[in-house]
Amino acid sequence: MTFWQVTLNLLDGFGMTCAIFALTLVFALPLGLIISFGSMSKFKPLKAVVRVFVWIIRGVPLMLQLFIVFYLPGFLFGSPIFNRFTATIIAFSINYACYFSEIYRAGIEAIPRGQIEAGQVLGMTRFQIFTRITLMQVIKRIVPPMGNEIITLVKDTALARVIVVVEILFVAEELMAHAIIWPLFYTAVFYLAFVGVLTLLFGWFEKKLSYYKV
Amino acid sequence: MEFLEVQGIYKSFGNVEVLRGIDFSLSKGEVLSIIGSSGSGKTTLLRCLNLLEKADAGTISVNGEIIIDAKEEDSYTDKEIRDKRLRMGLVFQQFNLFPQYNVIDNLTLAPKLRVKEDKSLTKEEKAEKIEAIIKEAEELLASVGLSDKAKSYPCEISGGQQQRVAIARALMLKPDILCFDEPTSALDPELTGEVLRVIKELKSGDRTMIIVTHEMEFAKNVSDKVIFMADGVIEEMGEPNQMFSNPKSEKLKAFLQKSDEKF
Ligand SMILES: Nc1ncnc2c1ncn2[C@@H]1O[C@H](COP(=O)(O)OP(=O)(O)O)[C@@H](O)[C@H]1O
Ligand SMILES: [Mg+2]
Repeated sequence: MTFWQVTLNLLDGFGMTCAIFALTLVFALPLGLIISFGSMSKFKPLKAVVRVFVWIIRGVPLMLQLFIVFYLPGFLFGSPIFNRFTATIIAFSINYACYFSEIYRAGIEAIPRGQIEAGQVLGMTRFQIFTRITLMQVIKRIVPPMGNEIITLVKDTALARVIVVVEILFVAEELMAHAIIWPLFYTAVFYLAFVGVLTLLFGWFEKKLSYYKV
Repeated sequence: MEFLEVQGIYKSFGNVEVLRGIDFSLSKGEVLSIIGSSGSGKTTLLRCLNLLEKADAGTISVNGEIIIDAKEEDSYTDKEIRDKRLRMGLVFQQFNLFPQYNVIDNLTLAPKLRVKEDKSLTKEEKAEKIEAIIKEAEELLASVGLSDKAKSYPCEISGGQQQRVAIARALMLKPDILCFDEPTSALDPELTGEVLRVIKELKSGDRTMIIVTHEMEFAKNVSDKVIFMADGVIEEMGEPNQMFSNPKSEKLKAFLQKSDEKF
């Protein structure tokens, strides 16, 4: 196989990697916010349930969660419910939503009480206080840890191959069956390029938010 | 009936009684200073007046209208609480400016939102009102001597300037009564003067104000009335001259002596 043939093959797999990455973010970013509200709820039973859930999801390997989402329905009901790709997106979204929720929670809890009270005495609604005062400060605080987590996600997508989702590393492993091993190392270039772009993006965003201090 | 009537305010946190029956009244345009050692309940009292804390008992009325009745406080809707809060303004010890907005936006944020959510206004009326709000903010900034800082962010100006912005921001909502919780305590000594000067100017503008302060000299000069709080009660109340030169209660005597020693 020529270099270009390998590259094209890997690009195919890389497309899948990007799809897992993007869809996970689309679902996990908002879901994480909902989970973080649950974990800060004043209603104790809800808070307890949500925190136990987060503990389980963060405490069990993501690989195992992939197996569970994909194989468990088939084991219980005799036939699988989700196809491989859907199962991957579900497992990744839930897993990452839990990690994001903890970052959101830390960011929200770090907002000084006085900021919210200042909004209250100025007659603002809870919604206005959240959207106009807290949110921007939370975003500024969470950009660095979110950047970290999102970069981890890029590399975690490789786990999807355990349920035979054909992402870039899976493709490279297939090529090994043809006794060529170098494409495996070549995949690193794709990951590095992706992470490089993300790093620049987050750096730019942090800089853009640096006009004020929280 | 006086402009502000505060009657029988009680407040506990758990089983700690922080306010144990606070009664006082204030006429329109008068300035009241509240002094007392730390932990005596001054902040809690201001917070009850501004509905940041729910009093356990008591009533507060402004201009003959009961705005807070502890018995009914649980039944107030969010909208009612917001409207009631606007009767009072509060300037915090830590300023609490919004860091992501520049000075002028700190002033206009809340009043603009009130205009925007008012469904009875047409688009043109809203635009007109918002223009008026911006103009007013500029005037208020000028009155606290900060016209040139309108576009600065809070992190770019000094503590004294931040507190002056916070005062202007509170005034934007046209409160009947403006409360200050130790407005200069978080400031370096050389910056307290500019803030106290602004408060003094407000007095000549006939503002009704309640000022919790440790600046005894200032309290003596600016107030029409002084309250000395100790352990959740009003230990002594009166005219500033009489209070400071001829205190009656032992506790006030001891307190004044201690605050003299600091200098
Ligand atoms: N949210 C709270 N929970 C429990 N105790 C509080 C709370 N706020 C104030 N206190 C207590 O109430 C007392 C009075 O506090 P505060 O009103 O801040 O006094 P001051 O402003 O005169 O220093 C203090 O003993 C303080 O510890
Ligand atoms: Mg205090």
